[in-house]
Amino acid sequence: MLPCDPTKSLSFDRRIAEGDLVIVYERHDSMKPVKVSANGVFQNRFGAFKHSGWIGKPFGSKVLSNKGGYVYLLAPTPELWTLVLSHRTQILYIADISFVIMYLELVPGCVVLESGTGSGSLTTSLARAIAPNGHVHTFDFHEQRAASAREDFETCGLSSLVTVIVRDIQGEGFPDELTGKADSVFLDLPQPWLAIPSAARMLQQDGVICSFSPCIEQVQKSCLALKSSFTDIRTFEVLLSHYEVRESSMRSWKDSDGGLATLKACKKRQRSTNGEESSKPLSTVARKCGETRGHTGYLTFARLCCTS
Amino acid sequence: MASEVTHENVIVKQRRRITWEGCSVLLDVNDGDRFVFARLTGGSKIKVGNKNYSLRPLIGCPFGSKFQVEVGADGPCLSRVTSTAEGKSSDETLDHSLVEEQRDNRALVDNNTAQSLTGEDIDDMRRRGATGDQIVGALISNSATFGKKTAFSQEKYRIKKQKKYAPTILLKRPFARSICEAYFKKYAEKIGYLRVDTLSLMLSMANISSNSDVLLVDMLEGLVTGAVAERLGGSGYACNTYYGTTPYPSSIIRMFNFSDETCRRIVHCSLAELRSDDAVFASPNKLEDVSSNGTGQEEDIACPSDAILQTSEDDVNGDIDATSEATGCTKESKSVKSCGKAAPEIIKLWKKNGFSSLIVAAPNCDAWDIIKELIPLLSHSAPFVVYHQYLQPLATCMHNLQMEKMAIGLQISEPWLREYQVLPSRTHPFMQMNSSGGYLMSGTRISSCEAE
Repeated sequence: MLPCDPTKSLSFDRRIAEGDLVIVYERHDSMKPVKVSANGVFQNRFGAFKHSGWIGKPFGSKVLSNKGGYVYLLAPTPELWTLVLSHRTQILYIADISFVIMYLELVPGCVVLESGTGSGSLTTSLARAIAPNGHVHTFDFHEQRAASAREDFETCGLSSLVTVIVRDIQGEGFPDELTGKADSVFLDLPQPWLAIPSAARMLQQDGVICSFSPCIEQVQKSCLALKSSFTDIRTFEVLLSHYEVRESSMRSWKDSDGGLATLKACKKRQRSTNGEESSKPLSTVARKCGETRGHTGYLTFARLCCTS
Repeated sequence: MASEVTHENVIVKQRRRITWEGCSVLLDVNDGDRFVFARLTGGSKIKVGNKNYSLRPLIGCPFGSKFQVEVGADGPCLSRVTSTAEGKSSDETLDHSLVEEQRDNRALVDNNTAQSLTGEDIDDMRRRGATGDQIVGALISNSATFGKKTAFSQEKYRIKKQKKYAPTILLKRPFARSICEAYFKKYAEKIGYLRVDTLSLMLSMANISSNSDVLLVDMLEGLVTGAVAERLGGSGYACNTYYGTTPYPSSIIRMFNFSDETCRRIVHCSLAELRSDDAVFASPNKLEDVSSNGTGQEEDIACPSDAILQTSEDDVNGDIDATSEATGCTKESKSVKSCGKAAPEIIKLWKKNGFSSLIVAAPNCDAWDIIKELIPLLSHSAPFVVYHQYLQPLATCMHNLQMEKMAIGLQISEPWLREYQVLPSRTHPFMQMNSSGGYLMSGTRISSCEAE
């Protein structure tokens, strides 16, 4: 997924090869991750797609099924991965992820600690931000989920950048070997205040910590715990709304006869799609999509105080 | 191996946590009241109140340290404060009094007679060498109404007086986050009202990572280019393109503490060169012949001309100011070289492989005009994102992309950001909120040829 090899410039002109991970794009809200194999077949409602027909084509190609249906084959990115990965837990989405990465000031070479790993949605983006020389140490107390996460990172080709460890951070804190080594720490725990003192020991001075909590009571307790060793404590909420765009012939008020307009309008719309009649030139209009996420969680950031 | 060593050095410098002579810093005066970008040299100064203070004491200190005005042996100067026990205890007394807070403001009359210390008294105290904190203490003890205020109100009063009589300066690392926030707060127009969450989304949506070749149209003084270069970490390239012959100004890039290697990776190249068949351009003069064939000049009119005419040293505006030493140093440009012209071999590589992603930040230009020229320069399956202040141009652009089948996964997003005050018994969103971080259109380029 990531261009870890500096001798190869990142270029999606790379042809699809056996063993590659591709993101099969059916529709904008329907995508699936598929590992390409020599004899593999991908089935969906558009038909059956032989993997052998994919090998050698560039990423971004449109491929046909035996029934003449088609899909697009995209190169994987952390954003696409977040949309297609299997949810073992509730995950973070792009709005929170991108804000966290910016606010944690992650750049190539950084060392970042994360707890809990969950489904690895954020972890994938963390890995991209610190590649190729940095490292992500991610912890989860659930053995099975940790194993699934390890498998996912293997699939995405991120194993050299991410270490998954089974550990209860709330109960035991972070391991001593990482003391003073972390540039940033990210916590997504039910009781983050229990992990904050340990996080403070892991961070370099002026290092940044982030705690993600859905409930305001958790945020209040976390902020209280942060006060002893941290400064510049800030809490945010981020959300993303989407717009839908379509062409519309905005009818003029004058084209209709009052209430008769409602009757006529239905017929008019039918006729204009058949191309027989168009009252006005089409214009592009946009409006917000109706259903949108109302809340994911509060993001609290803080910097470790300088003591030296 | 040698390149690996350079790469390590690049990363180490960018992540250095102690200031060094000549480094760029962001000074936060009084918790966000004023931001100053400066370069720490022996002679650089900052103005606080009505005096100039040398910044020399800041060299060699860790980022995140706080400074206060003290009266030293050589007169007033900036000295480092470590987190004081004093600061902590005031918070503790505050927490204790929360449970029994019975006071309110029903008897307080705001008629300016409560304070018995006069301006002359205060000047006198200063002359006798009183510290800022001592003055604040004196003001509190001489206030007739202080004791009657609620604990919250007392804390607010104390903070207000401290800002005036004991101002603090916080030494911050100039990172994309702090630079974007500082500009957005004080001089948003210069960066096209790009809010920090919007910027962070752009970097994610465009899949910016090390070893990427990123194509940019950056009309925001180089803020986006700097943020991209930060994430590239000294590998790959950030190529700024433009119509015509003159790259857009990029004064903000200087504020990042980029190493030479990172700066080398920030290049510019005109659209004409990126598209022409002949990759070899000997001198800038030749470019004029090529671009005059196109409708370059007419396109530029759609964009604000002051963005092109503004000189890059012109940072002295409003509350964002650069000390005179900072501007002096940038003219030397000894340690900071940015935006060199792209080498012909690299241009050739881009033509062969395409760029790995595209970011367009041209908030006053027509989006479709730009996108239709640049999408063909991308690799297949490469992501792109366009930032705009207005919705309509993006809607039109998205529609056209759909009609021309140039991209999939098209989406127009509007980010929303809200900050909270979290204090015991006083938790609520901030009273002021910014309502618009602009709009983003994102998508992925697809291969134009049909599968056989």
